[in-house]
Amino acid sequence: MKHTLSVVVENHPGVLARVATLFRRRGYNIDSLAVGRTENPAVSRMTIVVEGDDVVIEQVTKQLHKLVETIKIYDITDQPTVDRELVLIKVKADAQARSEIIQIVDVFRGRIVDIGPNSLIIEATGDTGKIDAIEASLRPFGILELVRTGKVSMLRGAR
Amino acid sequence: MRMKGAEVLLRCLKEEGVEVIFGYPGGAVLPIYDALYSSEVKHVLVRHEQGAAHAADAYARVSGKVGVCLATSGPGATNLVTGIATAYMDSVPLVAFTGQVATHLIGRDAFQEADITGITLPITKHNYLVKRSEDLVRIIKEAFYIARTNRPGPVVVDLPRDIMEREMEFNGYPEEVNLRGYRVLKSCNMGQVLLAVEAIRQAERPVIYAGGGVISSGASEVLQELAIKMKIPVATTLMGIGCFPETHYLSLGMLGMHGTRYANYAVSESDLIIAVGVRFDDRVTGKITSFAPHAKVIHIDIDAAEIGKNFGVDIPIVGDVKQVLEEIVPRLEPREKFSEWHRVIDRWKEEFPLTYSESREPGRIKPQYVVEQIYYATQGNAIITTEVGQNQMWASQFYKFTRPRTFITSGGLGTMGFGLPAAIGAKIARPDMTVIDIAGDGSIQMNIQELCTAVEQRLPIVICILNNQYLGMVRQWQELFFGGRYSYTDISLQPDFVKLAEAYGAIGMRVKEAQDVAPALREAFSVTDRPVVIDFWVEREANVFPMVPPGESLYNMLGGEE
Repeated sequence: MKHTLSVVVENHPGVLARVATLFRRRGYNIDSLAVGRTENPAVSRMTIVVEGDDVVIEQVTKQLHKLVETIKIYDITDQPTVDRELVLIKVKADAQARSEIIQIVDVFRGRIVDIGPNSLIIEATGDTGKIDAIEASLRPFGILELVRTGKVSMLRGAR
Repeated sequence: MRMKGAEVLLRCLKEEGVEVIFGYPGGAVLPIYDALYSSEVKHVLVRHEQGAAHAADAYARVSGKVGVCLATSGPGATNLVTGIATAYMDSVPLVAFTGQVATHLIGRDAFQEADITGITLPITKHNYLVKRSEDLVRIIKEAFYIARTNRPGPVVVDLPRDIMEREMEFNGYPEEVNLRGYRVLKSCNMGQVLLAVEAIRQAERPVIYAGGGVISSGASEVLQELAIKMKIPVATTLMGIGCFPETHYLSLGMLGMHGTRYANYAVSESDLIIAVGVRFDDRVTGKITSFAPHAKVIHIDIDAAEIGKNFGVDIPIVGDVKQVLEEIVPRLEPREKFSEWHRVIDRWKEEFPLTYSESREPGRIKPQYVVEQIYYATQGNAIITTEVGQNQMWASQFYKFTRPRTFITSGGLGTMGFGLPAAIGAKIARPDMTVIDIAGDGSIQMNIQELCTAVEQRLPIVICILNNQYLGMVRQWQELFFGGRYSYTDISLQPDFVKLAEAYGAIGMRVKEAQDVAPALREAFSVTDRPVVIDFWVEREANVFPMVPPGESLYNMLGGEE
């Protein structure tokens, strides 16, 4: 099962390497990892999606806790959250295909952010399911390049 | 006050109470060595950086303080790696200072540059690269604090040359550490403690399984109190040896792959395991699914990540072992009588004692006999370091340890070459104690250059080589599991250890007959100003028994006696 961990760490150089090394050395499988600064510039937040059963997740969490620069870990898998991922897709688009692509992008509330002679770049945000769906819908046109940020999550409400 | 970075470093070490550094100079640490020239901190010059790490590690294990070693950048630093990994696996408080190229050269593949913080990431509790002078003092304070608190471990501090050379402001050593992600555990869950108390009250066939955590938290006395009050037999891990007197009726000795039969049977038949400061290593548990199949398991450990890592337990207690035991013991009423359980164990002890037969080879001694004679000669009043392999296992089986911090061995990593530099660190920590390295002829050659260090320091340590001209433990596995195909384990081509000792300025002796063992040891222990190497010619194909074959359950032990 996939678990989503929200990990608050010191915004120090090398912290990402520590986390990544820990996962690699202990053989845990990272599905996605997104990291960036928070409202406090001294602190970064990582959203880590990791695959494993409860025993594995417990170990991952405990091992992450042991890192001196880890401040807090929340397992938000079963919590009410807002989840988002951003994707940029460069898709083949000749004159004929364009209108059809634009329709698809509209349906997913995406945006065309660049137009080239034979291609479009599409930006879309949403939860992982939506991003998977837009990717699948555009695939028949020929995806030239695709980049996803990985999931970021935030708990709903006051917490 | 304005001082050079290197002078600040030494001031901080003094504030930390560091009395000795084990190190080796080089280009990047020249400013530090220049400051050491006029410092009160004692520096022990080793002959290889690996020796520095092991010596500092053993100094820490024996003294209970933080061990400190120092190496230059690049190859100096990478030579520490095995020593750092050894300390990491055995949870030893160690601070390793490494030189680094000047900050403006970092990342440019400069001469003797190595990314030592990157290299040591998976084998340190934490590590630092000091990039700004203003961080130096704080980092040193944090390094020592992290190394010795909670579950101890090694910390690396990488020191660029320009930071050590440049003048900086020194405003005193901080009293406190402020690390919001690292909190020292102060209490344990009382609900869990009460559950443990109840389980101990109700148990009929309990066994204590004690490890290195008992020794590092200083919990030996309270553990003995628990065992004696409740009449619970105690089996220890290799790292736990010495935490309970092996001469005591309740001692089961070591459990696991080369443990005693009675320890392994007791664990297998018990209805309650009190696991204290242990990590359920595969060398201890054997086949994990058949470990203690009938027992409820209490696991006490300061490292929450150890609980449930290898083995699911019934009553987990996260906390300092000593504190937790101090909560448990007063809540128990003493058990008055020895029970049927003790009679069962007594029968096993009678039926399957640790023993060995006479040597079949003329001019060769049984290695177990040598270890026994070392025990008789010292009356158990010595610090024993070991190399790794058969020598280590025989030392753990046939020497009776009665006090913590007297058996110094590389448990987790199994580092050949550990014993000699460890003996140096141990002797410097406890000059009043007899220090003996029980060695193999293979292992000793991995760091034999440290004989020079011991001679220079005038350390009367005794190195007992159990010389079977094999890489004995590997040969034993080849005999048992690879049809006797001794692929590259015959090391009959050897230096003359007596001459080699003499070449270094030590005393060399050779013993081939059993009757000469005790006199040789007596003579060696009378030397007071230099190391002694005794080359004991032992039976070539002697094996370490009993043995649980890898992957088997503790029930299935090979060999009652050797």
